[in-house]
Amino acid sequence: MKKVVKLAALGAALTIAGGVQAADPVRIGAVVSQTGPAAFLGEPAAITLKHYVEKLNEDGGLLGRPVELVLYDDASDANTARTYATRLVEDDEVSAVIGTSTTGATLAMISVFEDAEVPLVSLAAGIQIIEPVNPYVFKTPHTDRMVCERVMIEFSERSFDQVALMTGTGGVGKSVRKECTEQAEKRGIEIIADETFNPKDVDMSPQLTKIKNTPGVDAVFVGGFGQPLAVVSRNYKQLGIEIPQYHSHGSASKVYVEMSDGGAENARVTAPLLVIADQLSEDNPLRPRAVEYTKAFRDLTGEDVSTFGGYAYDALLLISDAIKRADSDDPQDVRDALEATKDLPGVTGMFNMSAEDHLGIDHSSLYMVTVKDSEWVLE
Amino acid sequence: MSVFDTVQRVVGNRLSLILIGAMLLVLPLLMTSSFQMRLAVVVWVYAMAAIGLNLLMGFAGQVSLGHAGFFGIGAYSVALGPSQLGLSPALSLPAGIAFCGLLALLLGRPILKLKGHYLAVATLGLGMLIFMILSNEVELTGGPDGMRVPRVVIMGWKVKGTETWYWITGIALLISVWLALNLINSPTGLALRAIHDSEVAASVLGVDVARYKLIVFVISACFASAAGGLLALYNGHITPGVSDFLVSVQLVTMVVLGGMGSVGGSLVGAALIIILPQFLTVMHEYEHAFLGLIMILTMVFMRSGIVPSISKAIRSRRHDSNS
Repeated sequence: MKKVVKLAALGAALTIAGGVQAADPVRIGAVVSQTGPAAFLGEPAAITLKHYVEKLNEDGGLLGRPVELVLYDDASDANTARTYATRLVEDDEVSAVIGTSTTGATLAMISVFEDAEVPLVSLAAGIQIIEPVNPYVFKTPHTDRMVCERVMIEFSERSFDQVALMTGTGGVGKSVRKECTEQAEKRGIEIIADETFNPKDVDMSPQLTKIKNTPGVDAVFVGGFGQPLAVVSRNYKQLGIEIPQYHSHGSASKVYVEMSDGGAENARVTAPLLVIADQLSEDNPLRPRAVEYTKAFRDLTGEDVSTFGGYAYDALLLISDAIKRADSDDPQDVRDALEATKDLPGVTGMFNMSAEDHLGIDHSSLYMVTVKDSEWVLE
Repeated sequence: MSVFDTVQRVVGNRLSLILIGAMLLVLPLLMTSSFQMRLAVVVWVYAMAAIGLNLLMGFAGQVSLGHAGFFGIGAYSVALGPSQLGLSPALSLPAGIAFCGLLALLLGRPILKLKGHYLAVATLGLGMLIFMILSNEVELTGGPDGMRVPRVVIMGWKVKGTETWYWITGIALLISVWLALNLINSPTGLALRAIHDSEVAASVLGVDVARYKLIVFVISACFASAAGGLLALYNGHITPGVSDFLVSVQLVTMVVLGGMGSVGGSLVGAALIIILPQFLTVMHEYEHAFLGLIMILTMVFMRSGIVPSISKAIRSRRHDSNS
């Protein structure tokens, strides 16, 4: 028990010392899931944030002051995320916070920022984060609803009235299934086959055979995350199914194409901007940042650019832009400036925030690409 | 000798209650921000669950690797009670504890027939099953995104703010400690310790081994669900992560690190596991290695856990100076 007292006293001493030392820099906080099950989201985000804060400082910082990134790892746990959120606003006294990587943990953090009146820019997909709009909460990733909107618009255009859904049972797949069912209903598209797959399934032939044998299917929409998406396409080819194949943004990675053994050929994928950055026309305002980030990420990690890192890039961009425009690092001013963001080209899309829209991008920032000879083709 | 021991035990119990009470009163004076207060709340809550688990592990000698499941049931009961049954959150907490106790009663009977590793695996499975239900029943629990927990309203007064929760959870901890100490010193406690030493010997002496094991299993499940419910009410949003397998492991670590069979030890163990990572953020890459090192050192040099080892050292020194 004495130990607790000592620890708490030591903690108090440390934070007081920290407070004096760091009166000068502009402080931006971040909570990301660098470890745990959501590490695949958080790791590229952490790499991106560290690199670009360094770059900000090389370019003279913000408001003529250096920028300090206070980064914590929530280990993919909502309770830990909330603890760090409290630490950021109470002890570190940051101007704005980026994070965290998952929807559940973001939702657990929100009331901390509401009470402290500090803006939060989330990196999680869930639409619940910004609907209903909370004055202090923003986010950068497009929602699953936008993905479904984009696909259903194309289905309407091509008059595909009867479609089949094939979704994963993981978090992303469930959300895609819910949103796409709603969007389909809205546009009078009938879902005549509704199959699911588990995240570790290695064979989807039974589900696909069922879809193949359902008469009148105009298109198949596949939504989910990771390896099973490639398995779907592989089995698709093996079963010789001729129905057009559509995929959600989960498939927008080179790994999917490579693992599908050619089954991805001709599949239409809803791709975020970063995937096809180099195919945008030279005069597209979205092009320069997206191309630069793609290159920077490859130089940093030796891997293909990650959309998840892109969300963090945009969050930092939004906040630094807001601080510049507000000419202040007071959390309230930063929040107001964030909400007033207009025509800011990020690597996820063109951001236009308003009091009603704290995401600021719409489905036009998603591109329908076709896999041709194992490459993405924008058409 | 035995008389002296009993006297010391009674005084010792009062003493630990008074010490914890004094600590609860003094800590807020030392804290400079509500972040530190939040850490204290989280420590109190996990300490409650760890004390419950300690009753099972340290006294009855039965291991459970699924206690986060009970923790999760408590947490989700305060969210589901209002949304599904229309209960008030304040009422949902005792309802959740009762439900969890009932579940433990039903499941405990077959599970506790197992021994050693088999018991560990069965409880592990139970915890994982609860985690899977919480993350897969999207319609009911909101799936991996979790669900909102409504604020407790008592006669028009909204219970919120970290300081309020500091006192609520602090008092809950005090009650838990009191209950645990009373149980340990009751005939049931004696029976449990007999089971811990040797089940065969205990049954020869007329202890109904199965019954006592079940009793302590139910009690420890209730402690865990009460802790989970309080954490959910305090945080206002819960995800299935509260019942993750790693949380079960964390609880076991708290018990073992602090000292099996020591109620104060569970508090110290919880405090270490919750607070230490906050100091290690400056060296994030080495955080896990450092935590592991501390655990190894504790287990090597303080084999019976931090609190029992220290109090034994103090006692033997006093003994030396007396003689």
